[in-house]
Amino acid sequence: MSITVLYFASLKDAAKTSSEQCALPESLPNLYAELKSQYGFAFEQKALRVAVNGQFTSWQTSLNDGDSVAFIPPVSGG
Amino acid sequence: MRFKVTDTAIDFTEWRMQLNNPQCGAYASFEGWVRNHHDGKAVDALHYDCYPELATHEGEAILAEALSKFDITDARCIHRYGDVAIGEMAVWVGVSAAHRDAAFLACRWILDEVKSRVAIWKNERYVSGVQSWK
Repeated sequence: MSITVLYFASLKDAAKTSSEQCALPESLPNLYAELKSQYGFAFEQKALRVAVNGQFTSWQTSLNDGDSVAFIPPVSGG
Repeated sequence: MRFKVTDTAIDFTEWRMQLNNPQCGAYASFEGWVRNHHDGKAVDALHYDCYPELATHEGEAILAEALSKFDITDARCIHRYGDVAIGEMAVWVGVSAAHRDAAFLACRWILDEVKSRVAIWKNERYVSGVQSWK
């Protein structure tokens, strides 16, 4: 069982990839903590929003096989 | 569809025409251009990263909210992503309304909401060679 994780902006630079497959995690906070530790992301979880399958959602959302997850740093469009 | 992202030069002609309406006496718009300086540093170019699915979803929500919040007839927004050169357009907002007050207010509100909610990130490339995510 796996999910796809998408990286953007400075997270993409730190992970050196725009996406990867990960094993289905226990929770979104666990997933971020592991990846943060692995790649040295500069953001604490509370500075990020999270999106699952292309929509913003809460960090308490549980994941299913095949979901795509994106950690959203503070945006800066315009 | 009222919001879209594009990785090529913004051409808002068709969407601008869709705003034409004989009941409207006002059209207000905004163009965001890439400028050559930020915080006293000389900027060479901008690169915008984007999560299109999420950006579009939130952009549509913003425009739907604008339609219910302001006395306007219709509104559109196009945001560019990828490499954007100095002087090029990064974002366009267009609003039509019966009267100008609501058109101006909604245009400003939509831009401000897009800047704070839409999944797009600006990376400034400086003349010095340094680059920085904003």
